[in-house]
Amino acid sequence: MPAPSLILALLFVVCFTLATWLQPWHQSWAGGRAQSSSLLDIVMGDSQQLFANHFFTKADVYFHSGYYPSVFDQAIGGAPHMTAAKDAATEHGPEHAEETGFLGRPRDWIDRFSRNLYPSRHSHLDSPGEAREILPWLRIAADLDPHKVETYTVAAYWLRQHLNKVDEAEQFLRAGWRANPDSYEILFELGRVFDENRGDFQRASNVWELAVRKWHERSARNGKQDDFILEQTLTHLAQLEEREGYWEKAIAYLEKLKAFSPHPNVIQQHIEELKRKAVAPSVPNNSVSPQAGKR
Amino acid sequence: MNNALAVASVVVKELYRRKDFYVLFVLTAVITLLMGALNFFNDDKIVRYLKEICLLLIWISALVIAVGTSARQIPSERENRTVFPLLAKPITRGQLIAGKFLGCWLACGLALIVFYLFFGVISVSREHQLPMASYFQALWLHWWMLGVVVAMALLGSVLFAAPSSNATICLLLILGILLLGRHLNKVAVQLAEPMSTVVYVVYFAVPHLELFDVRDLVVHNWDPINWLICVGATFYAAAYAVFFLFAAWLVFRRQPLV
Repeated sequence: MPAPSLILALLFVVCFTLATWLQPWHQSWAGGRAQSSSLLDIVMGDSQQLFANHFFTKADVYFHSGYYPSVFDQAIGGAPHMTAAKDAATEHGPEHAEETGFLGRPRDWIDRFSRNLYPSRHSHLDSPGEAREILPWLRIAADLDPHKVETYTVAAYWLRQHLNKVDEAEQFLRAGWRANPDSYEILFELGRVFDENRGDFQRASNVWELAVRKWHERSARNGKQDDFILEQTLTHLAQLEEREGYWEKAIAYLEKLKAFSPHPNVIQQHIEELKRKAVAPSVPNNSVSPQAGKR
Repeated sequence: MNNALAVASVVVKELYRRKDFYVLFVLTAVITLLMGALNFFNDDKIVRYLKEICLLLIWISALVIAVGTSARQIPSERENRTVFPLLAKPITRGQLIAGKFLGCWLACGLALIVFYLFFGVISVSREHQLPMASYFQALWLHWWMLGVVVAMALLGSVLFAAPSSNATICLLLILGILLLGRHLNKVAVQLAEPMSTVVYVVYFAVPHLELFDVRDLVVHNWDPINWLICVGATFYAAAYAVFFLFAAWLVFRRQPLV
């Protein structure tokens, strides 16, 4: 039986050898968090995305003033259909809403009684400025998962449309763009800030054109993307050019839009109309439009 | 009754001599104030997230105080052997249980008043309005819920050997009821027999503590609850508290003290 000191020395040597082998491997390991600059990354890792989704949903819960289906309700009634429930409530009265809402009819007396003690009627944050209450959760969701694009676009929409906080919306979208340089969704929303709030049509046009390019790049790389945003972007571009008097460009965008639109006939009619405007001598000169100097 | 009140006054004094309440209150206040100092998009009128966090902390603190205080009452009397002179006063075992319950429940009520005052101050400082009726109802229902919790923990203290195991089991049960109680009937309809019936029986048997959780109504500024509903909920809580106290007395009256 060797002396305990020898066993101890052997164990020490084994540990040291393992450490010299493991340390460089850990440094180069793709799953390691030691290189991360964020404390949240180190502590929470990928679980941040789970929490981000939770907080994003929390914002929706706040938007509905706490009236929101639980996982148990969703298991029975499927995904939430808030709009349907609201429409039912307005059109047919509360009894009908009780039947069609996610809660359904009360199953027993405890169920009926408990509905007086938690939000059980459909509601929205409709009063002016009330929408601000959803913002903390969106901010936290974005901090936890900077790659969830929806968080930036939703927050920016509420900031600029309902709270008149255009600067904050733009800053938040720019932060989102830095984290997601390929996101055409953020670019589309940013373009709306420039067009609808800043009146900076040149920038809006540039940003939307970039959004269209990003959409095509991502489609080429990852397969076909969601048409809806592209359709929206092309529509906004065409409207902007038409407003500025650039008929040819507007027609070019509408031609592209026709390929994606569910109503190509309507688009074609609009193209014909623009073509007539373009050749008609009475319409304002498309080369010297009021805003043309800016371009 | 006087005997029970005398025991209760000792329990209330014990609460403000111990550090539990102060620590929990300071923690609640510090966390709430820190969260309140956060700036979201330069908007200083955002308040609901703060109300939700503050109320959540109040609920956690109140549960810890209620379970912690009531779970150790009878075991500590036994351990210190003070139960013998106490029962020789004369005071019956039923009066002892009633006194302990009353003391713990009143102590929880006092703690809740302080917590809700703090919540009111925080809320008013941001919202510039004080829906007194809603806040009073939230406090009232919360207090009655704690009455059931205290009675449950007292029953646990005569059933289980150690206060720690009693507190752990009580907290797990309470959390389970708060999280799942409302949904057990939905789970039951999706199960096959006989599990469906078993779950339904559990659903009707457990005290639905989640009924008293009206935080969402307070946070989202819903109208006050119908007062008749409040009275109904009060009777519901009182019935369960009496049931647990009676069960505790039944177990305790024939239990050897050593």
